[in-house]
Amino acid sequence: MNSASRPAPVGGPIVTPTVVVAFALAALAVALIAWRAAAGLGATTAMNDGYPWGLWIAFDVVTGTALGCGGFAIALLVYILNQGRYHPMIRPAFLTSALGYSIAGFSVLLDLGRPWLTYKIPFFFWNWNGDSVLLEVALCIMGYSMVLWYEMSPAFLEGAAASSSPGLSRFAKKALPIVKKSMLWVTALGLLLPTMHQSSLGALLLLSGPRLHPLWNTPLLPLLFLLSCIVMGFGAVVVEGALSSRFLGRQAETAMLAGLGKAMLPVLGLYLVIRLADLAVRGQIGALFAFDLYGAMSVVELSLFVAAALLLSTDERRRDLGNLMRAALVLLFAGALYRFDVFLLAFQPGPHWSYFPSVTEILITVGLVAGEIGTYIVCVRAFPILAGHAATTRDLRGAAH
Amino acid sequence: MSISRRMALKVLAGTAGAMASAAISPPSCAAARGKHIKASEAGANAGMLYDATRCIGCKACMVACNEANDLVPDGHLSEDRWQSPLDLNERTKNIIKVYRNDTDGTFSFVKRQCMHCVDPACTSACMLGALAKREHGIVTYDAALCVGCRYCEMACPFGVPKFEWSKLAPKIVKCELCNHRIAEGKDPACTEVCPTHAVIYGTRDELLAEAHQRLEGQPERYVPHVYGEHEAGGTQVLYLASVEFDKLGLPACGDNAVPDRVRAVQDTVYQGFVTPFVLYGLLAGVMLRNRKAGGDDDSGPEEERS
Amino acid sequence: MAIDDFEYPTDPQSIGQKLLRSGVTRRQFVEFCLKLMVVAPAGLALTGKADAADVAKAIAKARRPSVVWLHFQDCTGCTETLLRTSTPGLDELILDLISLDYHETLMAAAGDQAEEALQAAMKENAGKYVLVVEGSIPRKDNGVYLKIRGRTGLDILAEASKGAAAIVAIGSCASWGGVPSSGPNPTDAVGVTALVTDKPVVNLPGCPANPYILLATVLQYAVVGTLPALDELHRPLFAYDRVIHEHCPRRAHFDAGEFVRAFGDKGHRKGWCLYVMGCKGPVTHASCSTRHFNEVVDCWPIGIGAPCYGCTEKEVAFRVPMFDTVKPQHIVPPATYAPVFTPQGDASKIAIGLGGAVVGALLGGGLVASSKVGGPPADDGAPKSGKE
Repeated sequence: MNSASRPAPVGGPIVTPTVVVAFALAALAVALIAWRAAAGLGATTAMNDGYPWGLWIAFDVVTGTALGCGGFAIALLVYILNQGRYHPMIRPAFLTSALGYSIAGFSVLLDLGRPWLTYKIPFFFWNWNGDSVLLEVALCIMGYSMVLWYEMSPAFLEGAAASSSPGLSRFAKKALPIVKKSMLWVTALGLLLPTMHQSSLGALLLLSGPRLHPLWNTPLLPLLFLLSCIVMGFGAVVVEGALSSRFLGRQAETAMLAGLGKAMLPVLGLYLVIRLADLAVRGQIGALFAFDLYGAMSVVELSLFVAAALLLSTDERRRDLGNLMRAALVLLFAGALYRFDVFLLAFQPGPHWSYFPSVTEILITVGLVAGEIGTYIVCVRAFPILAGHAATTRDLRGAAH
Repeated sequence: MSISRRMALKVLAGTAGAMASAAISPPSCAAARGKHIKASEAGANAGMLYDATRCIGCKACMVACNEANDLVPDGHLSEDRWQSPLDLNERTKNIIKVYRNDTDGTFSFVKRQCMHCVDPACTSACMLGALAKREHGIVTYDAALCVGCRYCEMACPFGVPKFEWSKLAPKIVKCELCNHRIAEGKDPACTEVCPTHAVIYGTRDELLAEAHQRLEGQPERYVPHVYGEHEAGGTQVLYLASVEFDKLGLPACGDNAVPDRVRAVQDTVYQGFVTPFVLYGLLAGVMLRNRKAGGDDDSGPEEERS
Repeated sequence: MAIDDFEYPTDPQSIGQKLLRSGVTRRQFVEFCLKLMVVAPAGLALTGKADAADVAKAIAKARRPSVVWLHFQDCTGCTETLLRTSTPGLDELILDLISLDYHETLMAAAGDQAEEALQAAMKENAGKYVLVVEGSIPRKDNGVYLKIRGRTGLDILAEASKGAAAIVAIGSCASWGGVPSSGPNPTDAVGVTALVTDKPVVNLPGCPANPYILLATVLQYAVVGTLPALDELHRPLFAYDRVIHEHCPRRAHFDAGEFVRAFGDKGHRKGWCLYVMGCKGPVTHASCSTRHFNEVVDCWPIGIGAPCYGCTEKEVAFRVPMFDTVKPQHIVPPATYAPVFTPQGDASKIAIGLGGAVVGALLGGGLVASSKVGGPPADDGAPKSGKE
């Protein structure tokens, strides 16, 4: 193993303008969360009995965890498809995922009416409703969040081992081998859980079937959610890699990211084929061109996926980092739009209900994401997460073939 | 490496295939579980029959409901002058709404409350069974098991469960067929006070027989259909009306129980939780194999390599 | 009221002079006119004035209308109601207002004398008198079931109606048969409208009819010369245009769903809605809820805790069983019923703006950043702009 590709702290000042802005937005969110806690859901959100799930579920949980599927996607690539050359991307991807899932979990606590009873979900197993898709999602997300932080723990333990405090250092040095020994089994769990709950996030809406617009109302929702979460995970990794290279002074891992882009194509293709075939089988192709909001949104959503595929279609296009990042962004938006469409647009409680998130909901979501970004920056500066300054030629070669 | 990749693809394909096959297979497995009953087995369950042509819109049932369930009346439409909620909500478990079409002169009241489905979507959604079918097949609520996720609201095709948005310790509010009164040997409050017996209480079988008798006796009076006999797999609250049911806010939601479809998918994928265990074993196996075969590709979890 | 504005007119033939001779004070008369305004608040030219004194002025100037009152198959309840005023002197006042030239119950004459009075009245006021009919007329077997001095009711009505300017059928019997006509109607009893088609007939159904409605109608005819506007059942709209239910003092209890369920129960003692007890108020057109009987407040069926039995409705009283409920017509306050679909939930403009701004910033920032990552790395260790 080349020392240059080993993860190392980025270093540099912790307090930068970006971090300050990020945490200022997060602080605003904390204040609003306090208000939410004091005034209740009705006063602070625009959710209602027609749209009981709003922005916090549609974005923070459903879209946020999909964006946090980078860890899942890279792990799938590295550990199952045995593409070891992507190994340097594992830690940053896991960090993004860990942060993303934690935010999702936190948002759920905000969104729940009776969050103080949440402890009953994992512990009151005799009350578990085997029928409940949401129970499965909840348990999986709780479990996966812990798995992700466990997967991240070597980075923090390595940081601690190098710290000046002797006690902390001794503890970290003792814990590291144990953590590493058990890592394979935890990592396998880290692959199983997202497969289950990302598909089940789609299955959630199967229960709303009678009230779901036919363009999205398919029993294949779980499969479509699973496939799109994988491409979104890839997209997140690409965007994050591109931005780190630009703004955190890392060597651009263009070749590796280009390889990711290539790996995305078959998944993307599979998604599009299944989505269109499903529409065709259910006789809903015509509805795409009904010139209503639903048809238009479906077309936009599909076009974004196709556009991403086109942006990634040739080796030449994939080697341009800017283009690669645009493709990834388009994918993220496509996946996010798909999720919003299913959870907020396709879901039709009746012609008389409407919902648009309140200012508080939006600001809390923005603040949580900003906090996530700030934390990410602080973490990569302080702990060995990003790969070393120079990407090795071997890595470049490996990615290019 | 190529072998392991093929294996991994097989695992993925297997998962996808299982989902796809589940999606197209008939929901027969749901019935096989035994826990979920069909409409034909729910004859002895408690229910109500509401005949919209007999309703005079006096709202006695709304008043009685609020009294029986300790709900503060909602006076939304009358600036709090008298009970006049807009819809079922956190203070209203039962409402009389009106449908009127001035162009063709059709007019009907409609009473809305929980339909007490034979195989409900809400109980299927509920994580810990806060909403569950309990005695007499009544769908009841246990706040101690509710985390307030509102998935029941997302699931119910009739838009019945409502949430106490205004409260800090909110609960789900929905008609529980006055199960506390039934336990005391009384009838549900709304059926007891109805001056025209537009809503009556009984077992599902009795009510179905009564409804069909009325349809046969006065065919000109009704839309020839008992709403709830088959809808959503059958409900224990049944409707007769002179106006098409969808105009009364009672949707045509298919004859299958709402949870059937999700059960078909989930049961196939997670049959007895065997699939996740098998998948976990496969994933771990592939990873072990990759690590052993590894060498030049540095495969296996990074932490194991150092 | 401006009593001082009102003086009795000097015309000796006028109603005013008659009242003066009878010792009716101006105040008594104006008060009476006010009551008329209450019973016929709108839709009547006579009482459609701003002030009771104005009404009094108009009435006092007019000549007393000649009234011929015939009885057929009746219980005399309508007449009794007219006489059973609880304020002393009011019945006389009422009788002073009209020239009641023939009335079998009230006149002193009998036998031939009475018959002569009738003939005289009809002759003297031919073409001008108002014929009031009380009671139904039997038609079966050529009307032999009702005879006065050997003549059938059919004959008497035909003769009396010939010279009448207008006919007022008082009570449900005269209006359409009433009790005598209820099944099996052994005498084939009918009301005036079934027999007289060439004269205007005003039906004042009720069992009994409220005497104020009769007075308002007759005085309107005497003073203004027209009959009040009628509905399709010949009932004056001023008194019969709305159903009891619309103006029932117990309506709030109906709206609140508070019903009497047995006579003497808690709800009955508290004055709750009598709908469940078979009250026909929701379909009965009458003014009972605004003009009670015998000058006594709350002296009317619902006021004393008895369900309305629909006496002013041809198809209800004596036909629909007493304790059967009826289906309300005219559901009046639609605003208090939620429509099946009501718009709920709204989007604040600020939130839409903010949401748009956030999405726009993400898109724009992402695109800008993507164009930057193509360039040389900013390898200075300090971030220059935020992550996407």
